[in-house]
Amino acid sequence: MGSTALSGRSVIAAGDLGADFWASQGQNLLFAAVAIIAFIAIVALIMFGADLIKGGARDKVQLVVLVAPVLLLLGVGLIYPAVDTTWLSFNEITNEPDPDTGIFTTTMSFVGLDNYRFAFSDPSTLRTILNTFVWMILVPLLSTGFGLAYAVFIDRAKGEKVLKSLVFMPMAISLVGASVIWGNIMYDYNQVGEQTGMLNALRELVGLDPYNFLRDSPWNTFWLIIILVWIQTGFAMVILSAAIKGVPAEMNEAASLDGASAWQRFWRITVPSIRSTIVVVLTTITIMALKVYDIVRTVTQGRDNTDIVANRMYVLSFVEGREALGAALAVILFIFVIPVVVYNVRSLNKVKETH
Amino acid sequence: MSVTMPPQHPVEDPKPTEGKSLTKAAKAKNNLTSPWATAAAIIIAMVWTIPTVALFMTSLIPGDRYRTDAWWTVLADGGLTFDNFNQVLFDSFGDNSTAPPLLEYVFNSIVVTVPSVVFPVVLGLMAAYAFAWIPFRGSNFLFVLIFALQVVPLQLALIPLLRLLGPENLGLAGEFGGVWIAHTIFALPLSVFLLHNFVSHIPREVLEAARVDGASHTQMFFRIIIPLSLPAVASLAIFQFLWVWNDLLVSAVFGSANTYPLTYPISNLAGDYGQYAYLVPPAAFISMIIPLIVFFSLQRYFVRGLLAGSTKG
Amino acid sequence: MKRRFIAPMAALAAAGLVLAGCSSDSDPEETTDTTATGGSDGGDGGEMMAGCEDYADYGTFDGAEVELYGTISGVEAEQLTESVVKFEECTGIDVTYNGSDEFETEINVRVEGGNPPDLAIIPQPGLLQRVVGTGAVVPAPEAVAANVDEFWSEDWKNYGTVGTTFYAAPLMASVKGWVWYSPTEFSDAGYEVPTTWDELMTLTQTMADAGGDSDSYKPWCIGFESGTATGWPGTDWIEDLVLRQHGADAYDQWVAGDLDFTSPEITESFESFGEIATNPDFINGGLGDAASIVETSFQEAGLQILEGNCSLHHQASFYEAQWPEGTTVAEDGDIWAFLTPNVNADDPAAVTGGGEFVAAFNEEEPTQALQAFLSSDTWANERVSIGGVISANKGLDPANASSPIGQASIEILQGEDTVFRFDASDLMPAEVGASAFWTGMNDYVGGTDLSTVLTNIENAWP
Repeated sequence: MGSTALSGRSVIAAGDLGADFWASQGQNLLFAAVAIIAFIAIVALIMFGADLIKGGARDKVQLVVLVAPVLLLLGVGLIYPAVDTTWLSFNEITNEPDPDTGIFTTTMSFVGLDNYRFAFSDPSTLRTILNTFVWMILVPLLSTGFGLAYAVFIDRAKGEKVLKSLVFMPMAISLVGASVIWGNIMYDYNQVGEQTGMLNALRELVGLDPYNFLRDSPWNTFWLIIILVWIQTGFAMVILSAAIKGVPAEMNEAASLDGASAWQRFWRITVPSIRSTIVVVLTTITIMALKVYDIVRTVTQGRDNTDIVANRMYVLSFVEGREALGAALAVILFIFVIPVVVYNVRSLNKVKETH
Repeated sequence: MSVTMPPQHPVEDPKPTEGKSLTKAAKAKNNLTSPWATAAAIIIAMVWTIPTVALFMTSLIPGDRYRTDAWWTVLADGGLTFDNFNQVLFDSFGDNSTAPPLLEYVFNSIVVTVPSVVFPVVLGLMAAYAFAWIPFRGSNFLFVLIFALQVVPLQLALIPLLRLLGPENLGLAGEFGGVWIAHTIFALPLSVFLLHNFVSHIPREVLEAARVDGASHTQMFFRIIIPLSLPAVASLAIFQFLWVWNDLLVSAVFGSANTYPLTYPISNLAGDYGQYAYLVPPAAFISMIIPLIVFFSLQRYFVRGLLAGSTKG
Repeated sequence: MKRRFIAPMAALAAAGLVLAGCSSDSDPEETTDTTATGGSDGGDGGEMMAGCEDYADYGTFDGAEVELYGTISGVEAEQLTESVVKFEECTGIDVTYNGSDEFETEINVRVEGGNPPDLAIIPQPGLLQRVVGTGAVVPAPEAVAANVDEFWSEDWKNYGTVGTTFYAAPLMASVKGWVWYSPTEFSDAGYEVPTTWDELMTLTQTMADAGGDSDSYKPWCIGFESGTATGWPGTDWIEDLVLRQHGADAYDQWVAGDLDFTSPEITESFESFGEIATNPDFINGGLGDAASIVETSFQEAGLQILEGNCSLHHQASFYEAQWPEGTTVAEDGDIWAFLTPNVNADDPAAVTGGGEFVAAFNEEEPTQALQAFLSSDTWANERVSIGGVISANKGLDPANASSPIGQASIEILQGEDTVFRFDASDLMPAEVGASAFWTGMNDYVGGTDLSTVLTNIENAWP
């Protein structure tokens, strides 16, 4: 480590990686390996250590060992910031620069619901909230729908692994790649001249006028959603496909014997059997759809009524420095997720009851 | 769901009389005998693949035509070239450059990613087991809390966490350790949630039998939970791998020049005025390779399904 | 906040820190020459001793490391790295440069998280004020202040000053408001380079009437697209017009928020821009109508000149880097540029531009040594010789610039009578300068009526 400093770098000639390079990379890899082994060893040691305790305290200590690391890390890393943010959303921040040094005297003053009032009265913010709602509904439904259909269609087909990786591939593409693909290659639109966007080139090929995908509101939101659906379908497909394989073959066979069509078997056997997996997938994708800001940020920057809460929050908090308003939007995002949480808690309780 | 279900045509599929001995192969036929299903699968596969192929083709456009020509135009006049790949891999910015090839960052990406996968998966599995099978006061509340934390936007947590990891406290900012901890924390809610769903579906009888034999939580965790959870752990590991591999924000904030992963140079590749934007597609394409290898190699662990419990009839 | 886009040409040079006091007066030129050659050839081994004499005043620090952090990326980052190699060799300081795409976010996070870099290259005075506001930035050491006093104009020093405290020395600079054109086309068609705004409009009309070789020919081509900063090329137009139509005082009031966007003055400048940008006869050569402006990347738009689809493209000096290989950029070549003309031919030269500022987050000696070096004329000459950028440093020899347009820009920046004003959107609060102003420009060319656009921008003012 440290060898990548400027001067170090300039020593590495193009295409010629010296012994230093391999030594330092090898050292890093070794470091990672040691860290993993040490981590696992410590976890095992503590857990087995807790196993040596005799009597009634044993279970309690082991419970603490199991849960404490997660609670501790989350408490510091997420719960505290979340509480802080919630408090911030009811305040206003004013920075008064010192006339001499320019250093701010920051004052927070409680303003109650003002930030929320603004969020729900400002038309562009309202539109942002509405768009987020559309994302939250469409992304999970489309991703899970396509993923499930595909998983069913290719189940036990020849070359299933390869077919799976085709749909999985978008998950492996970085966001930079995805925004180049969709913003510059697929959706590109030229008013005049040759179309350099693939979709518009195709439209021209079949005699349609080119279409400005990213400008025409409200459809542009839909085209942005497609990008995330394209990425997340692989996630849904992989998990659902695994669940489908867990459905006992005998159940399907029995139904076949009873004369059920593939369509009926799908609805009567497959879907009920994997219902809880479907819920997990829908939930996970819903939450991701709420949080993803980079697609909007890199492709349209929220122009033409495409903004979503996650991006607006990012811009307010980090670009414009209006942290309190950004915090209010973060809390609104949080509220969006409550129905999903409630639903999951209910089905969780059902599972517990059946235990 | 019904809205989005593709129209899978009812399959006629006259049941073979000796139906009980229906083999897997025969079942495969059942699933794909419908021409509609086959057609739909092929269409989905194509639609999902084309954009990636387009990215690949675009990375073959020579730099001076990148802004003005589409890949099929360049393909038509035979101008496609692998030069961009060469340049990105072996000399990022041309002959005069001293920039290290992306290769260097590939190693950083691996060093950043692997522990950031192992830590949250292990810790998540431990907590998932406790929430699913050990009744204690506040269990439900805590689980719901963790679940809901998934939605806390990452950005809000950056500053408090950096303060903790920074030079005044743990002193891990800018080190791999700091990046690992940050990734671990941000991954935990989802990890606990997904693994809990799996673990809670393990048939009760399996656990009770062990419990009756006097097994402690530790013993149950190592003897039952870990072996049975491997498929779920593998799936989660793959996804966590991808998310960390493609992350830029966390690595940028908690890392330093010594730890920056592949996404970092890629996002800066275009240059101050975008004059090297043509190097972005090949670099983005290259960065996909390792995640795909991981996917291929872990794919076989999926066989059992994420929800073992769903098999209980 | 054009972030990375602004920086192009300027370089600032400052004088060597302690150097300013003693030896610098006599040798900057020589020094630069040797070091520059050394740096660019990479074969500096033999000259090292000689070169190091000029670095002696920075001291030697074995094993010291300094992190320099900024928006500069790609090849510019490599060149920046190259410009300090000699410094590293002579002082033993290991300089690590990190360039980030999300600098604005990360610098705030790192500062507030207690993990700031040693030095940050901050691309806008507005952001500098914000970072200084956190209390994490230390005032510039005396050596840096001395360099800046010697080599930079008062205006530039003010941009690095917050309150009454001088914090950050300028680094590089760029000149905005160039109008790129094809000299060949001009001489073939008999066009003259306009010297007043009215002449520019007349020329535009003449070009529109004459038409070009291509069906989709229009006199101008404009592109606003620039990723997350889309819209900034439009703010440059307005800034140029405000400065030229209403003078430096009005410009300063506008920046300070005392002259509203909805005032008659600013409205007039928007309208003047609109006479070009929303006129279907003038816009957008080879690209479509006004709506295509937002979707065309600023890098791409000007290339239409080479296609014969348009004749004029308004963009800063750094646009030079966009012309494909084989294009001669020269007064009598394929491509050249004139400055956006003044309203009256005899108005003093007025230009807008951008630049970066180097702020320090601690007072350690190696940090101060590098900060002083970066503010020296030695560095400015060294960096400018490597190519691609310019500086407003008075100790900079324009001959070191890698291109004619760079030389022209340096001469303008160094001109005694030149009225220089920093890019207004970089000075305004982020809510306006990095957000509403950009959005407003996009809306305006997209067809939103002007009073709505201006009211929206004005309302964003905190």
